Amino acid sequence: MQVHLRIQRYNPEVDAKPYFAEYDVEVEPTDRVLDALNLVKWYHDGTLTYRRSCAHGVCGSDAMRINGRNRLACKLLIRDVGTNITIEPLIGFRIIRDLVVDMEPFFEAYKSVLPFLINDDPAPVGERLQSPEDRQRFDDTTKCILCACCTSSCPITWTNDEFVGPAAIVNAHRFIYDSRDQAAAERLAILNQKSGVWRCRTVFNCTEACPRGIQVTRAIEEVKRSLLTGDVS
Amino acid sequence: MVSNYRGYRPPQGMVSWALHRLAGLGVLVFLLLHIVDIFAVGYGPEAFNELLFIYRHPVFRVGELILVAGLYYHALNGVRIILVDFWSQGWKYERQMFQAVIALFLLTFIPTALLMLRPLF
Repeated sequence: MQVHLRIQRYNPEVDAKPYFAEYDVEVEPTDRVLDALNLVKWYHDGTLTYRRSCAHGVCGSDAMRINGRNRLACKLLIRDVGTNITIEPLIGFRIIRDLVVDMEPFFEAYKSVLPFLINDDPAPVGERLQSPEDRQRFDDTTKCILCACCTSSCPITWTNDEFVGPAAIVNAHRFIYDSRDQAAAERLAILNQKSGVWRCRTVFNCTEACPRGIQVTRAIEEVKRSLLTGDVS
Repeated sequence: MVSNYRGYRPPQGMVSWALHRLAGLGVLVFLLLHIVDIFAVGYGPEAFNELLFIYRHPVFRVGELILVAGLYYHALNGVRIILVDFWSQGWKYERQMFQAVIALFLLTFIPTALLMLRPLF
């Protein structure tokens, strides 16, 4: 089947502002949007620029706005988006070129919540054991692949550069409720600041956009309630 | 900035949030107007009564209707937001609660609108 692609292009060295380029490509309904992009790049216009790496929904490189919603191009089938497909870069980040945006502020926010295990006890000989129930507590937020679909779908991040964004909170959540971790209080203090969880207005765009199906707003609300009650169980 | 909001095809949650914010700002604007007309009391009851003709004007009455719509929606959706914030299962029923907000809004707003517009006809 033939699909019509409208792709936002922008090369800061040549173009004054972003514009749309249109391409028609032949694809199968079971192909992914990424396959259509590859066809354009390989056979129509080699200058089209986008990120992709694993192409199987694991690395989180090819997050983009497809028909107005944040999706991974490698997880979205052509038959689910129709024959007219508009592809734009993520909102809220500086465009480097075409669909490639500057993710540096996103990773800065991620790093600010201490997204690593902190435990000052002497390391045991084997693994740090944990009951299946304790592991289950934060299972949902372990699934994050840092694609930025959630953060870039959040209307608050579009106008507030300080807000750490949903992805950073999800990754803080992953350690706050980990029974092996000892720095929950530290992370909660970071998220209790002006730039933290209180900027969230429960819009639920993040939950809708997450390609991993993480209940992002739920995680943010759990952090908010832990800040109110002091209970991190 | 505005183009950002136009650039994202709004899911249901974003619609509820945008309406909530618009309604909130609308009520705030009316409040400022209300402070101005209450200020007229300072010039005595006659001055205040004289100003009341504004409120009887059909255009203003329709404006008041929009205000009531904003108040009803903001109040009902506010309860939904409180439940999402404080009820641990709130996130699961966010969509259903929005549908309930719309249903309750129509149930309360339509009779109010009929009552308010009756003097115009």
